Amino acid sequence: MGLRRFVLKRVLLTVPILFGVSVITFVLVNVAPGDPVDVIVAFNPDIGPAEKAQMREYYGLDQPVWAQYLRWVGNLLQGDLGEAITRNRSVNAIFMSRLPETIVLGLFGWAFAIIIAIPTGIYAAVRKDEMGDHVSRIIALSGISIPNFWLGLMLILFGALTFNLWPVLPPRKPLLHPDTLWFLLLPGITIGTASASTMMRIMRSSMAEEINKEYVTAARAKGLPERTVILKHVLRNSLISVTTVAAFLTAGIVSGSVVVEVVFSWPGLGREFVQALNARETNLILAITLFTGVALVIANLLADIVYALLDPRIRYG
Amino acid sequence: MSTQRGRIQISGFDTERVTEREPLSAWSEASRGTTQSRWQRAWGRFRRNRVAMIGIWTVAFMVVVTVFARPVTVAGVTIQPISLAPYDPSTILYLDPAADAGRFDPPSLTNPMGTDANGRDLLSRVMVGGRASISIGFVVVFITASFGLVYGAIAGYYGGWVDEIMMRFVDTVFAFPALVLALVIVAILGGGYWQLVAAFAFPGWATYARLIRGEILSVKQNQYVTAARALGARDRSIIFKHVVPNAVAPLIVQASLSIGTVVIGVAALGFLGLGFPPGTPEWGTMLDQTRQTLIQGPGGSIPWWATVFPGGAIFLFVMAMNMIGDGVNDALDAQQVGEAPQGGGE
Repeated sequence: MGLRRFVLKRVLLTVPILFGVSVITFVLVNVAPGDPVDVIVAFNPDIGPAEKAQMREYYGLDQPVWAQYLRWVGNLLQGDLGEAITRNRSVNAIFMSRLPETIVLGLFGWAFAIIIAIPTGIYAAVRKDEMGDHVSRIIALSGISIPNFWLGLMLILFGALTFNLWPVLPPRKPLLHPDTLWFLLLPGITIGTASASTMMRIMRSSMAEEINKEYVTAARAKGLPERTVILKHVLRNSLISVTTVAAFLTAGIVSGSVVVEVVFSWPGLGREFVQALNARETNLILAITLFTGVALVIANLLADIVYALLDPRIRYG
Repeated sequence: MSTQRGRIQISGFDTERVTEREPLSAWSEASRGTTQSRWQRAWGRFRRNRVAMIGIWTVAFMVVVTVFARPVTVAGVTIQPISLAPYDPSTILYLDPAADAGRFDPPSLTNPMGTDANGRDLLSRVMVGGRASISIGFVVVFITASFGLVYGAIAGYYGGWVDEIMMRFVDTVFAFPALVLALVIVAILGGGYWQLVAAFAFPGWATYARLIRGEILSVKQNQYVTAARALGARDRSIIFKHVVPNAVAPLIVQASLSIGTVVIGVAALGFLGLGFPPGTPEWGTMLDQTRQTLIQGPGGSIPWWATVFPGGAIFLFVMAMNMIGDGVNDALDAQQVGEAPQGGGE
């Protein structure tokens, strides 16, 4: 199988998954008792059953679930996510205004994870079973075990309240202003810690395995300096297995953003999601849940393709 | 007398008279049938792992503390009367003049972890607070691992279109981050103990199903499976008597590592205010209340204890659980390499 056919097959395989993702999302959200109309009515005791029925008819909430699903998917394919009824705004507008915030936060988390994980993973593998290895493994295990919301609270407690280095709330400035980027450091660390630890552990074990292979002995026997052997030969081959978990770690960052945005009052999609859940804002919940599913499916797809590019053996497997 | 073997002359003993011999191996008639099973050997390796044992003792300690912190009543009958916690976790202490406590009292001798925003004793709340998260962790992992085992075993054993359909469903569930699905489910069902179990069980089983299916695919190639089929064994007994026991090791590793993940997830939902009603003594829910205080500033000193202790308890438990998980992984993994000496001497 050539590379092009592999990619095509892999892309086609995601179509039924994306369909399934949309069905599961829609069914889950719509079996819930109560809809946005109930939420609006709760604040307005004057509205009688006749008006409620009229409102349901207006928003199409009186139709059977499958008809609502078809309508929703039809609109979705045309790029229309519907209306956030209690907010009186279109979901597209809310979604697009929150998306950049979440993406920037996610990038901070990613960057932190990679900057920490790759060097410490190399270090631990080279110094396997020495003191430094043991210490970095304990730190990695703590990084996996620490609840991200608590880590965030502790960073606020020490970084913002005790030492006054960071503001407690995000500054009211544009997204790429230096103040905002400085503020994002703490949430970025919070969101990236678990991924950094997982990635470091995988980096360590894959490098430790690679280091014992014959081509490494050959490279050393050739008289190459140890630095070149590790960084040019071993590292390249062990990075291949790290790319496969990178997609899996995206899941951690996506779900981490929900919690971390609430901790740091960061106005992104995650915080919007929690608010939408509390307000039963069906269309918004649907849009964000679907977005997380689609983001993960695409991340997995990209990881598979990158993996195939890096390691030609995969395509023939 | 002498015996002749080839050209070597062996002399000096009489074969008829020699009664005692140096044993060639440690094997003896008495030790027959006492060979350690692979689970016993794995347990032996696990017990020698110091880190894993620290984990097990920590988890045991925390479980005992949460169970005995306050009496447990099931349907009006008290089944556990011991009460280790100094106060009731929901008693507001400053209403009682004898208690001499206020809101956000720093740690002291009477309240070793201080008091919270409502003047409740934090130590008692932390002790009781693990009940929900820890038990949900074990219950969810038990449910998801059992269901995933059966699901994955059926898909892997039958293969073909059954497998194709069943695994496409797994792929779809897998496409969501578990926490996002759990949030949606809790928002639908409302907070509460069994609602949280459902919320984490629904996305959780897919991992086990995928894992066990992969194992089954390789185990079912073995000849003993063909032999069992040739002997006329039914599919069900082949799957659960012959295939599953040989494929279950990675499932156990995964299960031991997932308990901590579920505990963090439950606490996260509590923290987001979706798990339990506000004021419930539960680790995550307790942190939800302190976030507001941290950000708005309580005026004066920062009540660090209200944040540090409940979160520290979650951290400690999950860390211990992961230490156990790593130990289980090492113990069961070594087995596949077969480094344990088999039969014969040292």
